[in-house]
Amino acid sequence: MSTSIVPSERAADRGALAAPLDDGPRQREARAGRRRSATRIALGGALPILLIALWYAATAFDWVPAHKLPSPDAVIVAGIDLWERGLLGMHITISVQRVLLGFAIGAAAGLVIGAIVGLSRFADGVLAPTVGAVRAVPSLAWVPLLILYLGFGEDSKVTLVAIGALFPVYTTVAGALRHVDPHLVEMGRAYGYTRSRLLLTVQLPAVIPAIISGLRLALAQAWLFLVAAELVGSTMGLGFLLIESQGNLRYDRLFLAILALGVIGKTTDALIGIGERALLKRWG
Amino acid sequence: MSLSQRTTTLESPALPVSLRGVGRSFGSGRKELPTTVLRDVDLDVTAGEIVALIGPSGCGKSTLLRQISGLDTPTAGSITIDDRSIAPADQRCAMAFQEPRLLPWRTAARNVQLGLARGLDRARGAERVAELLELVHLSHARDQRPREISGGMAQRVSLARALARGPGVLLLDEPFGALDALTRLSMQDLLVDIHAAEPTTIVFVTHDVDEALILADRVVLLGSEPDLPGATIRRVISVPGSRPRDRADAELGELRAELLDGLGVPSHHSHH
Repeated sequence: MSTSIVPSERAADRGALAAPLDDGPRQREARAGRRRSATRIALGGALPILLIALWYAATAFDWVPAHKLPSPDAVIVAGIDLWERGLLGMHITISVQRVLLGFAIGAAAGLVIGAIVGLSRFADGVLAPTVGAVRAVPSLAWVPLLILYLGFGEDSKVTLVAIGALFPVYTTVAGALRHVDPHLVEMGRAYGYTRSRLLLTVQLPAVIPAIISGLRLALAQAWLFLVAAELVGSTMGLGFLLIESQGNLRYDRLFLAILALGVIGKTTDALIGIGERALLKRWG
Repeated sequence: MSLSQRTTTLESPALPVSLRGVGRSFGSGRKELPTTVLRDVDLDVTAGEIVALIGPSGCGKSTLLRQISGLDTPTAGSITIDDRSIAPADQRCAMAFQEPRLLPWRTAARNVQLGLARGLDRARGAERVAELLELVHLSHARDQRPREISGGMAQRVSLARALARGPGVLLLDEPFGALDALTRLSMQDLLVDIHAAEPTTIVFVTHDVDEALILADRVVLLGSEPDLPGATIRRVISVPGSRPRDRADAELGELRAELLDGLGVPSHHSHH
């Protein structure tokens, strides 16, 4: 190789030949990050794999009577069967739709009520005890009344999910707004920011992390209330699949519905988690 | 956009401050007697002057400053800026606090922007922010967040934010009190430069006698008098010489001893 190589060529050479040995701190960091997340996935995946293996063993070696505990492959077969008849897709779609709709409505209402209670001492005094009492009512207690008022259709289910999603957002937002650093609020006032401008400039950005964790709790609660709504008086959805399978003694479909709820719930939570990380980078 | 146009819109003229018989008591409950913190404070600050408020802790220095800014209201007497009484959170003033109080989710530049006068057009605002960051030597850190910069840098951002609107009165509440000794000295020099560049009226609270003597035209010593409740002005000292001042100046040494005596601290100073 001659000595008159231009620098850019030399750099390209080095990049091509010696990349694994000679890289910058940024690449090293990225590689370490990938290794960390690979470790996390391996750690998090170990227990489910072990549980499925135990499950399989329990059915294969007849530790549990076969009609009470279906084998994993029987659950998969039941899933394929329902899917091919278009039922599994329908149940999942309608459940997800109810959760998302109810979650959006409930979270928006929780945000508004939480902001009012968190910002105004007067509203806090008037509203907080009543809202607290309404929150204390167990989810299932609403169902008969909602069915009588709103019927068996979508309205009663979405309303129940919204009730479930409202309170976590309300509680976290009201609490966080009450505890925004008074120094920052005073600074804002000193610079002429009042009411809505103060809210948008100082208070709301300060509680964004709290809002996100409230939303995350609300989504979990939304799934909880969805199943409550679907267990009583419905003809579709994963909750209906549960109650129907109970009636037919279809253990395989029961397991299928529970697994579906777990996987979809975890997925929606993970999606919020990704949004959370992006927002915290900006506002945290 | 011409330079003269910019200076007229952004830098309002320095304004005079006048305090007449100002007092403040706390706790007006029926059972307890109100506690008097300040009483009978009379003070005239001329436009463009730098006045230091000094006194033992708890003597009401910060309260007095907050009253000038309209963040607190006197229970006796009156305060005027440019012969007009003070509005709540008076926008002719700008305040820098002991803590930087920056919004942690905003960059340095966006924090300075918060102090701009309302209604300023975007381009001119951005220009002003850049100019101020330059003035406090932070142009390189404009896009950094408060948690990424040092305490001294954060305090400089806070100072730039206070200057952003071109305030008629700049109020500083122990602005360098939480900084290390060396950073504090350079911040004092910076404030002298800032006042030369934008000669506004400055009232600042400090518990550092040297800081008061290096920066102020007059030093106001607050303290209590025997058998009387609350603090009031004990002494006003005019500091000779123009800024920047020599920190080792002998005449300042005499005044330093006098102020320390006034604060009840033995100065161990031998008169020559």
